[in-house]
Formats: sequence, C-alpha cells, structure tokens
Amino acid sequence: MESRIQRIFLSDAAKRKGISRAGGSRCVTVLLLALAWLLAPVTVLAESAVLLEDPPLAVRDPERRPVRVDRIDTENFEVGVFTGLLDVEDFGSQSLLGVRAAYHVTEDLFVEAAYARSKLGRTSFEELSGGAQLLTDGERDLSYWSVSAGWDILPGESFIGRRWAFKSSLYLLLGAGSTRFGGDDVFTLNAGLGYRFILLDWLALHVTAQDHMFESDLLGKSEDKHNFEVSGSLTVFF
Amino acid sequence: MTNRRPTFDRIPRRCRFLAAVVMLCWQGVAFAWFGSEQPQVRVTEPYMDMHTGPGRGYPVFYVAGKGEQVTVIKRRTDWFKVRTRRGREGWVPLAKIRSTVDAGGDGIDWGKASHQAFIDRRIEIGFSAGDFDGARSLTGYVGYALTPNILVQLEGGKLLGDFSDGEILQGSVQLSPFPEWRVSPFFSLGTGIIRTHPHSTIVRSEDREDEIVHAGLGAHVYLTDRFVMRVEYRRHTVLTSRDENQEVDQWKAGFSVFF
Repeated sequence: MESRIQRIFLSDAAKRKGISRAGGSRCVTVLLLALAWLLAPVTVLAESAVLLEDPPLAVRDPERRPVRVDRIDTENFEVGVFTGLLDVEDFGSQSLLGVRAAYHVTEDLFVEAAYARSKLGRTSFEELSGGAQLLTDGERDLSYWSVSAGWDILPGESFIGRRWAFKSSLYLLLGAGSTRFGGDDVFTLNAGLGYRFILLDWLALHVTAQDHMFESDLLGKSEDKHNFEVSGSLTVFF
Repeated sequence: MTNRRPTFDRIPRRCRFLAAVVMLCWQGVAFAWFGSEQPQVRVTEPYMDMHTGPGRGYPVFYVAGKGEQVTVIKRRTDWFKVRTRRGREGWVPLAKIRSTVDAGGDGIDWGKASHQAFIDRRIEIGFSAGDFDGARSLTGYVGYALTPNILVQLEGGKLLGDFSDGEILQGSVQLSPFPEWRVSPFFSLGTGIIRTHPHSTIVRSEDREDEIVHAGLGAHVYLTDRFVMRVEYRRHTVLTSRDENQEVDQWKAGFSVFF
C-alpha cells in the first residue's frame, strides 16, 4: 500500500526526471477523475452561493388576486316552518302545521312555495244531529300546497323600546295551488298579508294572514269557500 | 386469538349510511362556507352610503369615505353586506358598489342579471296556472337550455276539474327562433302521461291513465332581473284506449326564474 502511494506522488517527479512508468500516469488520471467527481457538487454550491450574494434588484409587485363576484356568499333562499290556525268554512278552526320555502328574486319580489296540513272539524249540522257523519276520518285530513308571488311593500325598521331597532317588512302574497278537502283535490287561490321581522341577518319571524279560496259542492250546492289562516313562521336565509 | 372483524364492519348499517350522508353534507357545507370569498374593495366615489338592511327602505346609518377599504361579506339579491376597517357592517346596493375598485385599483365586474343573462341562461324554473279543457291546471317546470334557442323541459301538473282531477307528467322541447327579443315567441313539442280520477262525490268510475302528446305556441316576456313571464297555448292529443283520441286545448300563464 505504502509503495503504491509513493508511486503516485513520485510519478510526476519521476516524469520530470525523465523516468517513464506506464502504470503511474493511469493512476493520476483515476485520481483526478475521482477528485472532479467529489468536487462537482461543491462547485455547484459555490455557484449558488455566488447567486445568493448578488440578489436581483427587481421590486416585487404585491400579490393581486382578481375579485370574483360569483364567489361571494349569496343568501337568496329562505326556508322555514309555520304553525297557526286555519278556519275552514262550515268546519270550524283547527291547528295547522306547514313548511315554506322562498326565493328572493329582487329586493321587492320573491316567490314562495308552501305546504301545510290540518284537520277538518265537525260542522254545526253534525254537532246538532248527534251521530250523523258527513265525512270519514280519512276525509277529514286537510292539506294544501301553494305557489305564491310575494311583494315586499313596506320594508323598514320596527322599534322595541328606545334601544332596539329591527329590520322588518310588510308583504303581500298572491298565489294558486291545490287543497285536499273532503277527500278531493280542489283548485285554490290564496291571497294575504305578511309581516317579516328580521331577528338576525339569517333568521326571521313571520306573522301571516291569508284567505284560501276554493269552490266546493261537498255540502250539496257548489259555492265559494273562504278559509282564513293566521300563522307564525320561523325562517332562515341561506 | 379470536378473529376480530374490521372496525367498519361493526358499525350498524344504518349508522354507516348516516355517517356517509353527514360526511357528504359536510363537504357541501364546507365548500359553500370556505369556498366563498370575502374580497376587499376600495371606495372611489366621494362617499358610499351603508344601509341597515338589504333594501332601499332601510335607513342609511353610516357613510364610508373615499379611499376607505371595505370587506364584502355576502350578497342578497342586488345588495352587498360590507364591513369597514372599524368593524361597521351595512348593506350597499349594486349601483353603488359598482364604483369600488380592487386592491390594485382596477374596476370589478359586478355583473347584473339582465336580458342578456336570460338569453344565456342554463336553468329555468317556473310555475304556471291555466285552463285545461274547463279544468284548472297548475304546472311546475324545470328547463335546461342547450343553446339560447333550444330548451328541454320536464314538467309536472295538477288538473282540478269540477268532476274529476288528475296529474300530468310531460317532457317537452321548446324552440325559440328569436331569443334576443324581449317578447320572444317559442314553439313546443312534447309527450307524457295523464292520469285522471273522478271526484268522490261522483258515482264511482275507474281511474284512467293515458299517453298524451302536444304541440304548443307561446312567448317568454323578460320582466326584470331574474323574472320572466311565460304564456302558452297547447293543443293536446290524449291517446285513449277507446276508438277515438281526445283533443284538448290548454291555456296557461306563469312566471319563471332563471340561473
């Protein structure tokens, strides 16, 4: 081993001295190649170090992202539940439970779909005659659905005491739908007035009074029936 | 050692389904929540009124000055809820927020539902009421616009007559040759089924179900924002199992919103 190293280091001296040794020159080539291989990464690092020492003088623009209006959260839908009293002509008043969903098209106009269920009470005739039954139990189930256009006619603020101001709105409703009445579906027009009391931006209370009008021949002759509903709703905007 | 089943298998099937639904819903909610942006804009007009609510009936309670930066939080119809740097929150109409600029001082395209938006609509949803051979008809429909000229539509209707009522389910194609007109006529062709039930006060007779085809003529009337009125006349042919087919006229009018 020692003699080998000696040979490598001595080879140049030997050349200068005119001593020619074939094996020595090959060893030098191998050693230089190995050195080059070892130092290659260092050179690259050295180059990058040079780059780091000399930063470009360009001024960076602040990051600019275009405003995307379609990514802004929209809250045009309003859904909720309602309960109240439905007074069906000749059949007395019964409680009512329903769901409603609205889409606000403009600040003044909205469209709304509603579905509700109630029961028919007993007519005066049934009460007075004792045992007579005009309808079976199944036929006493009443349900309706309607699609209405709503118009916010009086948007404004309501004040409770001196400290509290709530946004509110009075609206008109006009629509059409179908009512399951006495076992049959009848065409129904609805018209009414509502008051929306906005508790929070996304939560509202409503009080609604509506007339549901339909024609029926259930009690012998065909006549227009007016059925009044007063209800309260709790709705959320999303 | 007993061979234990994997954890997932030990969850009851119903719970697994519920968990999957909850996870899917969360994805939707998370996207809606976190996918939305609250951009910052700068006022360029001398002032910008902020209302307490999203409507012109709600009073102005604060004024953002020129150069002030506000964050847009959300939108309802054409009103935007903004927050100033001092934490004041109020509503600004589209007409006013239009003059704001982005961080780089560039104008922003706030968009506006217009007649052009209706022409370029993809989805149209609406409701109409009318007369179906003496009976009242109520129809709900959903349409998908393939091009401004062609709309494919699915509709479900309720028929309410004096002696019977029924349901009608149809698919149709609408062709509008002049979509750019404010009152734009269309032709429609479609087919479906009609089911009728006699009223309970009438002597019992059988429920019927028949195929029905129609050709129609109507018009879209662009009103405002996302509101469109629609009127239509249809000639239906009910393909009955009897010797003769029945011809039925239908008139209807209604409203659509579009997206």
